[in-house]
Amino acid sequence: MSSVAGKTPNIDFDRRNLDWYIDKLVQFLVFIGGISAIVFVIGIFIFITIEGFGFLLEGFSFKEFFLSPYWEPSDEDAPEFGILALVAGTASVTGLAMLVAIPFSLGAAIYVGEFATGKTREYLKILVELLAAIPSVVWGFIGLSIMNPLIIDLFDVPVGLNVLNAGVILGLMAAPIMTSIAEDALKAVPDRYREAAEALGATRWQVIFKTVIPAAKNGLLGAVLLGVGRGFGETMAVLMATGHAVNIPGSVFDSVRALTATIAAELGETAVGSEHYQALFTIGIFLFLITFVINLTADLIVRGIRKQ
Amino acid sequence: MFIESALNVKNQKVQGLFKALFMMMTILLVLPVLIILGTLIYKGGSVISLDFLFSDPTNGMTAGGIFPALVGTVWLVALALMISVPLGVAAAIYLSEYAGDNWFTRFINLAIINLAGVPSIVHALFGVGAFVIFFGFGTSILAASLTLAIMTLPIVIVATRESLQAVPMAFREACWNMGATRWQTIRRIVLPNSISGILTGVILEVSRTTGETAPIMFTGAAFFLPFLPQGVFDQTMAMSLHLFVVSTQVPGVPEALPYGVALVLIAMVLIMNSISIAFRMYLRGQKKW
Repeated sequence: MSSVAGKTPNIDFDRRNLDWYIDKLVQFLVFIGGISAIVFVIGIFIFITIEGFGFLLEGFSFKEFFLSPYWEPSDEDAPEFGILALVAGTASVTGLAMLVAIPFSLGAAIYVGEFATGKTREYLKILVELLAAIPSVVWGFIGLSIMNPLIIDLFDVPVGLNVLNAGVILGLMAAPIMTSIAEDALKAVPDRYREAAEALGATRWQVIFKTVIPAAKNGLLGAVLLGVGRGFGETMAVLMATGHAVNIPGSVFDSVRALTATIAAELGETAVGSEHYQALFTIGIFLFLITFVINLTADLIVRGIRKQ
Repeated sequence: MFIESALNVKNQKVQGLFKALFMMMTILLVLPVLIILGTLIYKGGSVISLDFLFSDPTNGMTAGGIFPALVGTVWLVALALMISVPLGVAAAIYLSEYAGDNWFTRFINLAIINLAGVPSIVHALFGVGAFVIFFGFGTSILAASLTLAIMTLPIVIVATRESLQAVPMAFREACWNMGATRWQTIRRIVLPNSISGILTGVILEVSRTTGETAPIMFTGAAFFLPFLPQGVFDQTMAMSLHLFVVSTQVPGVPEALPYGVALVLIAMVLIMNSISIAFRMYLRGQKKW
């Protein structure tokens, strides 16, 4: 049968047919898609820097920008660009929001993740998801039309658009996201931890407090940080509910103005390329960098527990 | 017979107490959704009518309907989807099917997380700097939709990647063993088995895009423009911005009007989300593996 051995079947091992080329083309195209996120993040930084660059070079003084509480960009003689009061506004609102959101979202995450069962759990998760879906402009409207008169009535203050209003609104906005991330963190704790604690005779809450929460604390911290990032970057709700007064707040009943809201309120009125316009982009750069650091830290913390 | 010790009784009590406390917190957290919906329906329900939905605003936006804003939102969302869905699905296919576990992939993931975390107003600044000025689209539907698309891209990527990764590896291996290329495997096996999960993500993105306000304020949405857009280079009204305008910028608006606008907007968003949730639950029941 040597004739068969000599007859090498005429198979072309070069597989570069049409399908091969299509495959390579698709690989290239999806790679473009893959790097698009990187391109956009870098693009965002580049474009806002380009627009704010003139101000950074000329009008920008580190001391004035970060330490002056006077944001008077349209003053004809001596415009002043100090963001201290705006930072105080953002920080006070975000801080109050976290006071509201942290206990409620962690409590809800523990209830939904550890106590609730079956249908109750499903329904609660759906409600939390729907809460997260409410657009920020609707939250702002709620602050304006429902919370505002409520605060005036309850606390007998002249204005209901203040730190309290925006803080509560922002807390309710941040809570659902924090709840679902915190619940993920609790879910990531292996069941054998719970079983071991239960075998030692621990009750449910002892299991949760002594075992599950310590094991999930990084994930919970990550959830809180993402909530802070959310609060820092929120725009429409704080624009509508804070009262929009440049002010370093002395109490929760003071009106303030946030960094994001300042851009939203003033960008439309400024001439492209003017100092004011560039100063608003400089605030944008500042916001971009802050949220970048917060998100990065949160991610590193959350990823840290996944690795374990 | 087992008699509970004092410690046991105490532990049980504490447990009951904490359970009740956490339950109350959860209820207090989800209660606002119902209160808000209730208030919006109670106060805004009276203005909702077919006429309200299908007529132009009149009298300096203090009367009339919301038709141009509705149509504008449909334009913005549709164009944003056309941009972000192909890009996002491609990115997810790359991450799930091609990318190795290396520093470059981690870098991409980091970029996605940051893109999702950039404040919406910074996206707006980017839209102004890049699309309105640099690329010269002006304030137009195109510029606004591009901004929205980039902002919501992470939602599509994450949802798609998850549903692609849910397809068991054995499916792919079986296909490769038949001599199929990677792309043939993706097209014939992976995508058909994950398409419903991808759709769920897309519906979620529609819902998010509908409600966004800040990114479109300076890139393409107009305060008042009682014409329907004729093309992607026109400006347009939008539901989200319209709510902002009638509730803060226009004097003398009757109280019920902004409630009506808010009700329509939130109904659009929540209906979309409910479809997405229902779809997901149906899928979970259908899972064959």
